[in-house]
Amino acid sequence: MNNLLEMKHVAVNFAAYGGTVQAVRDISFSIEEGQTVALVGESGCGKSITAKTIMGLVKKPGKVMEGSQIIFEGTDIARYSSKEWRKFRGKECSMIFQDALVSLNPTMKIGKQIMESLDNHAVTTSKEEKKKKVIDMLKLTGIADAEKCLEKYPHELSGGMRQRIMIAIALISHPKLLIADEPTTSLDVTIQAQILAEMKALQKKLNMAILLITHDLGIVADVADKIVVMYAGKIVEEGTVREIFYHPVHPYTKALLNSVPRLDRDGKEMLCTIEGNIPDMTNPPKGCAFCERCPHAMNICAQYMPEEKTVSSSHRASCWMMDERAAKGGVAHA
Amino acid sequence: MWKYCLKKTAQVVIVMILISFFSFAIVYFAPGDISDMYVNPEMTEEQKANVIAQLGLDKSMTEQYFAWAKRAVHGDLGVSLSNKSAVWPQFMQRLPATIILMGSSMILSLLLAIPLGLWSGYKKNSWLDNLISSLAYMGMSIPSFWFGMLLIIVFAAVLKVLPSSGMHTVGNVSAFDTFQHMILPCITLSIGHVAVYIRYIRANTIGQLSEEYVLTAEAKGDSQTKILFRHVLKNTLLPIITLMGMNLASLVCGSFIVESVFGWPGIGTFAMSAIGSRDYPVIMAYVMLSGFLLVVGNFIADLLYAFVDPRIKRGGASGGK
Repeated sequence: MNNLLEMKHVAVNFAAYGGTVQAVRDISFSIEEGQTVALVGESGCGKSITAKTIMGLVKKPGKVMEGSQIIFEGTDIARYSSKEWRKFRGKECSMIFQDALVSLNPTMKIGKQIMESLDNHAVTTSKEEKKKKVIDMLKLTGIADAEKCLEKYPHELSGGMRQRIMIAIALISHPKLLIADEPTTSLDVTIQAQILAEMKALQKKLNMAILLITHDLGIVADVADKIVVMYAGKIVEEGTVREIFYHPVHPYTKALLNSVPRLDRDGKEMLCTIEGNIPDMTNPPKGCAFCERCPHAMNICAQYMPEEKTVSSSHRASCWMMDERAAKGGVAHA
Repeated sequence: MWKYCLKKTAQVVIVMILISFFSFAIVYFAPGDISDMYVNPEMTEEQKANVIAQLGLDKSMTEQYFAWAKRAVHGDLGVSLSNKSAVWPQFMQRLPATIILMGSSMILSLLLAIPLGLWSGYKKNSWLDNLISSLAYMGMSIPSFWFGMLLIIVFAAVLKVLPSSGMHTVGNVSAFDTFQHMILPCITLSIGHVAVYIRYIRANTIGQLSEEYVLTAEAKGDSQTKILFRHVLKNTLLPIITLMGMNLASLVCGSFIVESVFGWPGIGTFAMSAIGSRDYPVIMAYVMLSGFLLVVGNFIADLLYAFVDPRIKRGGASGGK
């Protein structure tokens, strides 16, 4: 499979009063055509910034650093001009956001909001044709009364419907990549499942890749092909769903997996949490960022950044426990 | 929608009754005896009592209020003490002059404030924004009587290009002449409003631009102009409707400073002279009118808001914001 998107050494900094916040620190990963990649990590780890970087939506005081390469279909888009970005957004790559209510213009009719993407990318010219496309798209996303829906305002729809509208807006121009930033976080569980299934079905139909951003490993298992785990602006582990769920290597990945609520556990057991908070990103630790919260931390962890090691052709991670010099049994039994 | 209108109308009626009562009470309890204006020292006690009875001043406050309210409802607001003619026709006669001045000032303010405020908010913290914002602060701080006089000195006394006062040159009733007379008071009146509107629109624009839906629009590939004019503008201007509604009263009745400075023959100068000569029926009518306009202005703003903001019109049944 060809790589649709390749992120190479992408770094994003935010200039703040307290100093420069290093939100994303030199990350590299790729998405193949038609693949679903889940970007997982807790709040503040740089997931959303990564997504915005791909869309060219990092705003001042944020800055995509020199040397960052974002290669989309062979072209480096990291240095696009604002005009080139406008052509790219919505057409090549679309994005849906967490809270659909605030993400839709409250005083504009749904139909018009969906149609705007078509207007921007001039796929068709006649108004009738555009309207038909919008209606077809709404039907594809599972909205029954599509014609009526065009004339409605966002507040007249339910949460699930609104997220379907967001999907329709994102997909109307048939992008090659859909970035979904916590698309189901504000929905209840049954609707979550519906929306994810809908996204999956549309992915097959339209043959696009999905970058799913979430902190919820629970929803990732059914949907994703590949999982990228981020911590404090860095990728700590990357692998297929099978590899991450059954053979996690990094202690942070393990901790994340442990904190997913499970039905098969004893009800009396407390829900596992990861103690502590993410480090201050204006002054990130010089060693491994997870070191302070890691149950297996060694002296070296605080001193030096672990190098990325390959576990298999699709599985890589950055942890000192993978070093052959580390105490025996560290990785396997940890 | 009808239910909403009906509810609002009922509110207006109640508030109006309260306003009328308080405006009556203020005059009733004001120091000084109203009958002093009608009696003179040469009158005998009997004559004085007669006059007082004729005026109904011997009755209790509630009786007086209801008698007054009954006449007021029929459009009879009494007779001016100073020129002995009915109050209401005098108001009506002066209303057009005030409305022309106020209306043009309002339009001028909005025409200036909308683009400037929008631009200022869009280019937040640029040198242009700083310039517009500092000018707006100045505009808010400058007292209108001072600014009006300054304009008279510059344009009427020194440059001699515009008339200093009145609405017409004697013997000239052309529209152009009125227009010339209107320029200075209109600018004076607008300066404070423009400043307030600019600050308001700027803040709204900045707020709206940081809303999530702007990000969605950007993610669809909308250009900045499209975002500003198709998405942000409407949401920014909605609250301005309320502000304008509240300003309606001050536009019609709060203009006596500017009207006095420029000798504009409107309601402001009329009320001003009435206050000077303790012309109670006129003062009461004036208080009533400004109260009424304040309520009506808000009423219109509410209705207009419901009309243009879809979230209010449908009652926000399904989980509005």
